[in-house]
Amino acid sequence: MALTTAPGRSPRTGPVGPRPTRRGAGRARLGEGLAGYVFLSPWLIGLMGVTAIPMLLSLWLSFTDYDILTPLSEVRWVGLANYERMFTADPSYWHAVRVTLTFALVAVPLKLAAALGVALLLNRTWRGVGLFRGLFYLPSLLGGSVALAIVWVNMFNRDGAFNSFLALFGVEGLPWVADPDWALQTLMVLAIWQFGAPMVIFLAGLKQVPVELYEAASVDGAGTWRKFRAVTLPMLSPVIFFNLVLETIHGFQGFTAAFVLSNGTGGPVDSTLMYTLKLYISGFTDLEMGYASAMAWVFLLAIALITAVFFSTGRFWVHYSDGGDDS
Amino acid sequence: MTAVTAVAGRRRPRNRQALRLVVLVAIVAVVLYPLIWMLGTSVKSPTEIVNNIGLLPEEFTPGNYAEGWTNFDVSFGRFFLNSAMVSLLTVVGNALSCLLAAYALGRLRFRFRKAWFTVMIGTLLLPGHVLIVPQYILFRSLDLVGGDWPYLPLLIPHFLATEAFFVFLMVQFMRGIPRELDEAAKIDGASPYGVFRHVILPLSRPALVTTAIFSFIWTWNDFFRQLVFLSTLEDYTVPVALTLFIDSTSQSAVGPMFAMSVLSLLPVFLFFLAFQRMLVEGINTSGLKG
Repeated sequence: MALTTAPGRSPRTGPVGPRPTRRGAGRARLGEGLAGYVFLSPWLIGLMGVTAIPMLLSLWLSFTDYDILTPLSEVRWVGLANYERMFTADPSYWHAVRVTLTFALVAVPLKLAAALGVALLLNRTWRGVGLFRGLFYLPSLLGGSVALAIVWVNMFNRDGAFNSFLALFGVEGLPWVADPDWALQTLMVLAIWQFGAPMVIFLAGLKQVPVELYEAASVDGAGTWRKFRAVTLPMLSPVIFFNLVLETIHGFQGFTAAFVLSNGTGGPVDSTLMYTLKLYISGFTDLEMGYASAMAWVFLLAIALITAVFFSTGRFWVHYSDGGDDS
Repeated sequence: MTAVTAVAGRRRPRNRQALRLVVLVAIVAVVLYPLIWMLGTSVKSPTEIVNNIGLLPEEFTPGNYAEGWTNFDVSFGRFFLNSAMVSLLTVVGNALSCLLAAYALGRLRFRFRKAWFTVMIGTLLLPGHVLIVPQYILFRSLDLVGGDWPYLPLLIPHFLATEAFFVFLMVQFMRGIPRELDEAAKIDGASPYGVFRHVILPLSRPALVTTAIFSFIWTWNDFFRQLVFLSTLEDYTVPVALTLFIDSTSQSAVGPMFAMSVLSLLPVFLFFLAFQRMLVEGINTSGLKG
């Protein structure tokens, strides 16, 4: 995958060792070393100030009872109390974990299946593909916004468009977004609706599959399904892997739609309490920033763990045709 | 490519191709339905919103737009200006700082470059929600939260190249610029700064444009950080202002709420129309998320 390739692999001109000629080449290299850090300095400052120091601060805060109202110097160290409360004494925390996992486990595979299915339909080159591709991609640009979430909530209201549609078949719909059994599902549909972004990546992957493989499979008498299983899926597995990792991590972080649907509460009856929404409520509504920091750290570790699991299981099903581009 | 199509065309019966088209059109209809419904509802009267289940209004009610525009004590014009300012400054910050970082990481030779590159890749997958609490505390301790101009906490990270996606995108792009150009400029006596100014900067324009477009759209749509850092009505951006509609549940507010939702998506939609190909190709080459 391109993600893990180092930048310095493009062939360099000239030998790597010290250059034989020009005097002052050493000074030039010293100058380049200095210039490297000059150009890197904004990023380095950002890495320290916006990423690293806040991370350490939040690690420390997670062992305290900090709320924004008392000064940092008077913060009380509470040891593992926040973590203990999270795991043993806060049922809504576990509820948020369950909601988030359910959302990711259902919505991500369906979204990827939709993306792959439509990509296969679009794959063969013919006129009009560009138009379809653009139209399918549009929801991915708009779907994460507050505006679209508002539309979605109204569409799945008691008298929303979805129930009008059901009424055509004589089915009486529910107030889906107000029903704790269904509210999360409407958010899943919103996520699946945005299948265009992974679809575009699938299309690029499909273009890379050599036509000869399909021809060889046809010669061997393989049908459509067989070709899909034996050629398309393995050849596409690096792209599937890439999309799966990205979409899963993305799915865990769903916030906007859940916030809009529940007006920031995670309701009805905590049914849309996504992890990030729970974190927001703890930190910025209840002002329990120590507790929210503990939650953030568990979230970070969970995402790191899931990514690690993906990468370690990827070996068994991701097929790199050119002998390990991912080294 | 034409040969392939010809082969496929001969083998594939015509009606199968037609079926494929029908399926695709059906999917397009489902995908576009919410958008068209939103547009239709934004010009429906309150009674029609409840009673008329059709896509289009019987009585065209553009008054929703005027009503929505002035629905709160501060007009939407102000919210749009705030959003535009935050988005445009973010574009400038991202383009500038990420290009500098990418030039260093992708082009220059210096100690620990590989290590820094690995760290940058590591931050790619770091969820922003994890850092929001400590960042809030830090910016607040610097007296930057609230105040007369509360946008610094939203902007500062973007001027410090923290959006690793764009750094990565630009590093990838720079790999395609022939190194011979650098070498030639060096032989002519150019310093690393000269190479940046006269070789990298002009040749990186496509990557800068992609970064600018995605930065704008993502920031325009962003809600989480703006929700956390903006607390006064006249400082609100469009997404934060839109959530104020949710509090008022009366049916008469639905039309204006939809009208403002439509307007809020308009800039993104125009970007889509203007740069459609580039957007689609942009996520291809970089694996960016849309």
